[in-house]
Amino acid sequence: MMKISVIQFPGSNCDFDTVHVLNNVMKVRADLVWYKSEDLRGYDAVILPGGFSYGDRLRAGIIAAYSPVMREVKKMAEDGYPVLGICNGFQILVEAGLLPGALLRNSSLKFVCKWVNLSVVSNKSVFTKKLREGDVLKMPIAHNEGRYFIEESDLKEYYRKRQVVLKYTDDKGRVSELSNPNGSIDGIAGICNDEGNVLGLMPHPERASEGLLSPFNSDDGRLVFSSMIEYMSGR
Amino acid sequence: MAHLVKVVIENKASARDPEGETILKDLLIKGGYEQVKSVRTAKLLKMWVEADSDKDAKEIVSKLCDELRVYNPVAHTCSISVEGEE
Repeated sequence: MMKISVIQFPGSNCDFDTVHVLNNVMKVRADLVWYKSEDLRGYDAVILPGGFSYGDRLRAGIIAAYSPVMREVKKMAEDGYPVLGICNGFQILVEAGLLPGALLRNSSLKFVCKWVNLSVVSNKSVFTKKLREGDVLKMPIAHNEGRYFIEESDLKEYYRKRQVVLKYTDDKGRVSELSNPNGSIDGIAGICNDEGNVLGLMPHPERASEGLLSPFNSDDGRLVFSSMIEYMSGR
Repeated sequence: MAHLVKVVIENKASARDPEGETILKDLLIKGGYEQVKSVRTAKLLKMWVEADSDKDAKEIVSKLCDELRVYNPVAHTCSISVEGEE
């Protein structure tokens, strides 16, 4: 039976929500794993949840990126296991060098917490296999450092390799200044590695997996988890 | 002796600094200081380092900034200066 590890860093706060959705909505086994763990053997995937690891000291994600469990997360990424970083988890993956770019302070200089539309730009990643390119999803964001940055000259390469996975758009899939909640370059909300098994995204799929909890009755977040589960069953 | 080393981390020129822009447009220029043409905010870390010389202290800090990603080279520049012994 497949098992997913959800890492708890000091300051994680979406850890229980993520485990709840995996166990009770997706009906797969997920365990909380403390960040000091040096052994992730037996797990088929790993999720770094949202929150404020180490209180965002120095820079969101940087201190957690050097914690013991990250050596194991890097090994799993290299071995092709699915590795998902949500919000602070995305920041940690970027700081650990598992994904390209940087997440800077929102251009509004304010914490932003709201539902957004997201367009699927690429279904290359194992977390977006069940989505079609051009699909528009609804999920919430809640962050202060979500402005995705990368040099434009480098960005071309990531488009060519289909690593740009999700963008903030309007409900018709159009990128505009109004639809961009944090000033991310090109409205980028999620990016994956070249192999497609590591994905980071600022929106919270675990908060969009039960229609009852969404003002839009959205359970679009399930598609991220079910894509991952389908990939794991075929591995 | 401990040497004081200062590390300044700021966004690269290609990454906007909205806080600096607001300080310039809404505080300095509106306050009558049009001579100021640009403001960039940054983070300052002061490190007191045991070393034989200023040069050694700077080298240690330079190494740790790269090795432990005290700055993110994708988005930031990092400048290091030594203030001398304290």
